[in-house]
Amino acid sequence: MTQRLDALHHRATALRRHVIGIAATQYCHLGGSLSCAEIMAALFFDVLQLDDTAARRRDRFLLSKGHAVHIFHAMLAERGLIDANELPRSGQSGSRLAGHPTKRAPGVEFATGSLGHALPVAVGMALAEQLDGSASRTVVLLGDGELQEGTVWEAALAAPRFGLPNLLAIVDYNRFQSAGAVDDVVALEPLADKWRAFRWQVREVDGHDLGAVLAALHAPPTAATPTVLIAHTVKGRGVPGIEGTARAHYTQLTAEEAARTLAALEATP
Amino acid sequence: MSGYASALSGVKVVAELAAADARVVLVSQDFGAIRGFTERFPQRHIDVGISEQTLIGVAAGLAHAGKLPFVLGMAPFVTMRGFEQIRDDCAYNRNDVKFIAPFSGLEAGAWGATHHAIEDIALLRTIPGLTILSPADPAESHRAIRAAATIDGPVYVRLGFLKPIEGYDAPFTAGEIVELRPGNDAAILATGSSVAVALAAHVGLAHDGIAARVLNVHTLKPLDRATIARAARDTGRLVTVEEHFIDGGLGGAVAEILAELGTGRLRRIGVRDRFCTEVAPYPELLRIHGIDAASVVAAVRELVEG
Repeated sequence: MTQRLDALHHRATALRRHVIGIAATQYCHLGGSLSCAEIMAALFFDVLQLDDTAARRRDRFLLSKGHAVHIFHAMLAERGLIDANELPRSGQSGSRLAGHPTKRAPGVEFATGSLGHALPVAVGMALAEQLDGSASRTVVLLGDGELQEGTVWEAALAAPRFGLPNLLAIVDYNRFQSAGAVDDVVALEPLADKWRAFRWQVREVDGHDLGAVLAALHAPPTAATPTVLIAHTVKGRGVPGIEGTARAHYTQLTAEEAARTLAALEATP
Repeated sequence: MSGYASALSGVKVVAELAAADARVVLVSQDFGAIRGFTERFPQRHIDVGISEQTLIGVAAGLAHAGKLPFVLGMAPFVTMRGFEQIRDDCAYNRNDVKFIAPFSGLEAGAWGATHHAIEDIALLRTIPGLTILSPADPAESHRAIRAAATIDGPVYVRLGFLKPIEGYDAPFTAGEIVELRPGNDAAILATGSSVAVALAAHVGLAHDGIAARVLNVHTLKPLDRATIARAARDTGRLVTVEEHFIDGGLGGAVAEILAELGTGRLRRIGVRDRFCTEVAPYPELLRIHGIDAASVVAAVRELVEG
């Protein structure tokens, strides 16, 4: 287990390094990419079964918080699906890496951007798999600010009516949105109670504790309804002086800030 | 045939398709059990309650995962509340969702302006890769729904208050305008319920010795430019009729084509730039807004005499 966690920790660090590389060249949605590095590492290097040839189970992942696309692209590079050299050229002429997930990039199940779209779609995917009696899981990663979109709650209300224990929603609860602290814009609390009231199974976890994240993602459903994993995270996690601040949402790093961050990542055990 | 009857009749076709194709599912909102489908395919009828955005998102997800979903939802709500889901989840993400949308136009009548769908064509016409079908009578609505199942990409089947058109059984080819009556003095282009209006106007004009070609535009997107251009060249006088705003719908689309062609004069019959706030039953609303044979006859005469 320790070895497995170490490997995932290295993946998470590698994902962060890629994202820092992008943020050193351009303004980007840095904070929301870094806050879900452990979640993405655990999903894509341990939990999800993405092999198309495994007919019995082929999991799906939807990045509902599409602006966190950089961590997704970093994951593609780590999996060897794109060249890491493409990352700093994101958004430039001729690049296939846009500022939100698009079908130009490999491995994008569902193109997002406008918030609040992926949970209803994930409900449909999970429903199809349930109808077919397959073991495939559908996982959708939501932002916390995104939970201000009504469609999230519309789909959350409807989903348990169909069962769907094969559906997992993850909330990257990093506490900041474009205009500032989520609590100051439109607060979400009591968040776990809201999902419970909507008849979802609720789990909460420190989103940077890989062991806890991994256990939560692997835990089988305890009822015949969907599960939400509320991951408490830090916006811009890993960038000294910027993590946990409003600036982390959308920013560019100076050469000095990038260098300092990369050094800090190296120093982390 | 009322919107409710159109819905039930459309679902009958979906049931036929479902019997032959295990991928077919019916996705509805607050419709309850639908006779002819739900009892035959209980697992394959999914009702999401009153939530258009979820309705369409769920359908897109079902399509993505290998199903062939037919969405049944009222035209005004599905297209306006669900516009971004049709655009992003279905068209942009290339998920083949088929929409059966009764209560288009003014059919909801005295229920009021919130329930009228007189901008759905204008909205949906802007979505790349979406097909818009608008059948003229109940039998053609069945042919359109069958066609929708085989068309690549999402399809919107716009259903209005349709009455049978006697002797009309032309094969349905999406994207091809059907000439219902010949004529070289003018051409009346109509869609959906307005095709019957155009046919009545044709008879009225014939009494005056005016031969008006009647064209059934059962596919609004992709639009049959060639047939419209031919009508413009042959007659020089076009009149469009639709239960829709004259801007952005069939009239708007034909105006765009004529402007590019640089030939042909045009009159557009439909709802002008205002909400339909009068309280009246549906047929009277049509008269109030000038969507009737008399208005079409007057428009053609004006072109012929002018």
